[in-house]
Formats: sequence, C-alpha cells, structure tokens
Amino acid sequence: MQPIISVQNLNKTYASGLKALSNINLEIHEGEIFALLGPNGAGKTTLISIICGIVNPTEGTVLADGHDILSDYRAARTKIGLVPQELTTDVFESVIATMNFSRGLFGKPPNPDYIEKVLRDLSLWEKKDAKIITLSGGMKRRVLIAKALSHEPKILFLDEPSAGVDVELRRDMWEMVRKLREDGVTIILTTHYIEEAEEMADRVGVINHGEIVLVEEKAQLMQKLGKKQIRLELLHSLEAIPETLSKHPLRLSSDGKELVYTYDTRSDETGITVLLKNLSEHGIDFRDLHTRESTLEEIFVSLVTKKK
Amino acid sequence: MNIYAIKAIYKFEMARTWRTLMQSIASPIISTSLYFVVFGAAIGSRMGEIEGVNYGAFIIPGLIMLSLMTESISNASFGIYLPKFSGTIFEVLSAPVSYIEILIGYVGAAATKSVILGVLILVTARLFVPYDIEHPFWMFGFLILTAITFSLFGFIIGIWADGFEKLQIIPLMIVTPLTFLGGTFYSIKMLPPIWQTITLFNPVVYLVSCFRWSFYGVADVNVVVSFGMTVLFLVICIGIVWWIFKTGYKLKN
Ligand SMILES: Nc1ncnc2c1ncn2[C@@H]1O[C@H](COP(=O)(O)OP(=O)(O)OP(=O)(O)O)[C@@H](O)[C@H]1O
Ligand SMILES: [Mg+2]
Repeated sequence: MQPIISVQNLNKTYASGLKALSNINLEIHEGEIFALLGPNGAGKTTLISIICGIVNPTEGTVLADGHDILSDYRAARTKIGLVPQELTTDVFESVIATMNFSRGLFGKPPNPDYIEKVLRDLSLWEKKDAKIITLSGGMKRRVLIAKALSHEPKILFLDEPSAGVDVELRRDMWEMVRKLREDGVTIILTTHYIEEAEEMADRVGVINHGEIVLVEEKAQLMQKLGKKQIRLELLHSLEAIPETLSKHPLRLSSDGKELVYTYDTRSDETGITVLLKNLSEHGIDFRDLHTRESTLEEIFVSLVTKKK
Repeated sequence: MNIYAIKAIYKFEMARTWRTLMQSIASPIISTSLYFVVFGAAIGSRMGEIEGVNYGAFIIPGLIMLSLMTESISNASFGIYLPKFSGTIFEVLSAPVSYIEILIGYVGAAATKSVILGVLILVTARLFVPYDIEHPFWMFGFLILTAITFSLFGFIIGIWADGFEKLQIIPLMIVTPLTFLGGTFYSIKMLPPIWQTITLFNPVVYLVSCFRWSFYGVADVNVVVSFGMTVLFLVICIGIVWWIFKTGYKLKN
C-alpha cells in the first residue's frame, strides 16, 4: 500500500544557518497514529511545518497522499489539517465564524451540519457564539483542533497536543484521536513524553538533533525504552561481582561502591525479589537503594550508540 | 480558483472593518470634515477661485485622494501584518490557496473599504460645499484604481514590516508629505517654475491631478500622462508582490 505521507531526503537549513533537519526519510501508513517523539529543538515542528507548507524545504521531496507538496500543493494541502503547537487564533472572532473561515479557506462549500458535529464532539457547541478571547486555554486548543477538522482532512497533524492541557482534557483528546482514527483519519502527533507515545501511537519515530533516530512499532520500542534501574549503595565496596550472582544483569560501578541492576518494567518477572534474596544470602549489605527510569536523553544516547 | 478561500478571506477582512468601524470609517470621515470646515468654509471663502473652481470645491478631489491613499495603505498593511504578528498566518499558508487568491482576498477587502470611505467622504463634502462631477465614470474609475494600487502598496508594507513602527513609518514619513506637497490644497501652477519641475517627481501629483480632472475638467498635468503614471505604479506594486510570493520573502522560512 502506498504510504499516505512519504518524506524523502528532506533537509532544512534556516536562514540563520541552523540545520534543523538532516536527511529525513519517513513513511507514514494510512490510518495509523504516528508519534514523533523528541526533545526540545529536535526538529519536530520544522518537519511538520514543511509537510503543511508553512516552511520551505531546503532539499528533498514530500508526498502527501501521493501529491507533491510543492508542485501539487492544492491537492496535497486539501487532505491535511494542522493543529499548531502555539495557541494562535483570531481572538476577536467567534468560534463559529472562525470555523467557517477555516472551512472556506480549504476550499470546501459551507456545511453547517458537519461544523456542528465537530463542535459538539469537542464540547464547543455551547460556546459557538463566544468570542475566542473569552475562552480558557484548554478550550482554545479545542477550537484549534476543530478548525483543523473543519475541512474533513484525511491526515491530521497535532503538534504537542498535550502542552498546557489538564489530565481530563488530555484523556478526552486521546479519546477523540482514537475516534478519528476509526473514521480513517491518519494522525501524526509530536510529543516529549514517552508515556504519551506509548498510550496513543501505533508506531513511534524518534527524532533528535534533526535526525530520525529510529522508527518502530510501539511494542518493540517500548521494550527498548521500558528499562528501569536500581542502584544499590553498598556498605562495603566489592572487588567484583560474585560468580553466583552472574545470572542477574548486574553491573558494578568502577569504584566498587555501587551495584546497578537493570530490569524491564513491562515483564511480569522483574527479578527484584530474587536479587535481593541472593544479595542477602551472600551477605552483601547496602545502605540505600534508588530506582530511576532512563531519561529521554539517555534513551536517545543509547539508541544512537546501539545503532552504530 | 479556490473561490471559497477568496470569499473566506474577504469576509474575514470585512468583518474586521465593521468591528473597528470607528477607526476604519468614522475617524477618516471626521478628520476630512474638519479639513472642509477649516479650508473649505473658513479659509476658502477668502481664497477666491483656482482655475475657475471655488476653493472649497477645488480641494475635494485632493482630500478624497489623501484619505483614499492613507486608508488603503493602512487597511491593507494591517490586514496582512496582524496575522503575521499573531501567528494565525500559518493557516493561510497551510491552506490550498494560491498567492493570487490570497492577494484578491486581502487587497480586495482593503480596496473595498477605501472605496466605501471615498464615497462617504464625497457625500459628506456635499454638506459643506457644492461641487459638480464632470466625468463621473472616470471619477469612479480613478477611485477604484487608486484604492487597488495603494492597497497593494499597503500589502507590501505589511509583509515587509516586522514591527508596528515600520508599519507606520512609510505612511507617515513618505505618503503624507508627498500628498500634502502633491497639489491637494493648491494647483502646482501656483508654485515657482523650479518647484513645479521638482513636483513632477512626486507620483501623488499625477493622482490628484487626474482625479481633479474627472471633477472639474481642469488638470495640472496632462490626463493621459497622469493615468499612465498611476498604472505604472500599479504595475510596479504587482511586480514586487509577485517577487514576494515567488521567494516567500518574510512569509516563509
Ligand atoms: N524560524 C526559525 N529560524 C531559525 N531557526 C529556527 C526557526 N524555527 C526553528 N528553528 C530552530 O530549528 C530547530 C528545530 O526547531 P523545532 O521548532 O522544529 O523543534 P521542536 O522539535 O518542535 O522543539 P519543541 O519540542 O521545543 O517544540 C531549533 O534549534 C530551533 O531553534
Ligand atoms: Mg515544536
């Protein structure tokens, strides 16, 4: 099946000389939820902006539903809806007016029933005549989502949909995204949070410093990402890990004062109980114990080094 | 042609006008009325006639041009500057619209406002001074042509500007002086010969002269030359806009 979005050898260097994207190759499948995961400044917004026509690519090609985004921009853009990262709306307009504006802009004839449905789905119908300036931040974000859906796009981009959104609204939004997917809309969202990617996506692409580090099915990726560490501060430092403990994935710090145990949070058997039992059998006492999850940055580093 | 998009932009811009009715329509009418009171009624009665036209009536075309130009520029420059400033321009850039369509929407709305304004000033003037219009068809034609030309010019300023000062500086530092020195309140034939020649480098002279001709059949400069100069300015503006869109200048990174 032809990918709904296909990015080939895409490069972007801003006028300032900053290289925001280098040699991006990416394919999005029709009907999937794709999460673009990366830290601040990774290039997520830049990539989305190029696909949507807001930023000019320096090099490379992008096809949306088979249409080149530059030479055949009309066909390409009609298929795409974008919810931007920043809350940018015409604050003096009413919700319904801004919806009609968006639909018109994308070349669709008026369809009050459809607009009403979108607004109802996003619990905005009661606010349809309210000026946007009078809405709360969460409502404004929903207005932006409604605007992006106003022209019935096949592809929806959500740039950091959960920024500045409370838990409840986030849940509603995820719910809505799933419903859209059921209707056959392809969704690409960006996020800083592994949990969000995990909760939502079918596939995850990791981007860092303008490069796609990897693209994988969520399940596989989560296996790689779902690692946790226990650090045991030892009472007496060790020369080496005793032979009998070698079946545990243990590492001794270079000064011998710390044992580091890495385990998978997802497996039923984390092995912690057995480890602690074995340690006490060997008379290895510890003063303190910390657990921590790998940070996004560490994960990127580990992914990059693994690849090499 | 994405007609729905043109309509959407046009409607949006017109809605902005009605929302800011005071600023966009009422205030220019009030300020022009003041000119009529001061120059037309008070001072004008002692000025006598210029080229056979009563002074109060003589300044009407120039005053309309003055408002038309400044309002076209400010309407169009604000229209495109505001979405750039607030970030909402992203939606227009991401929509399946061609640049021509964007231009028709924004410039069309700005020019419409200016034409409405021009007509309102014309009607208001009637309250202060009697006047005739010898060539109403041409009068209306010049009105529209000037509104479009200067709305285009305003559009260019709005795209170029990256701050509110820049938005104001060209109208304030260039257009207003050129208008005042462009024969709005006098016939350039009243100037010493050397100044008459210098004045011919001022494009506003041609506009005012052309427009006044449509009222009273008298002109400072040959009407055909004037008309040609106005069209030339329009063509230059179109050329610049074409280049802006082609390169994405200040619109796209
Ligand atoms: N208009 C611009 N001009 C110059 N550099 C830019 C511009 N926009 C973004 N950048 C730079 O490009 C890089 C990528 O930015 P981008 O906004 O794409 O990152 P992001 O992954 O969306 O980050 P965040 O998670 O913070 O939103 C950053 O280093 C940023 O400073
Ligand atoms: Mg971003």
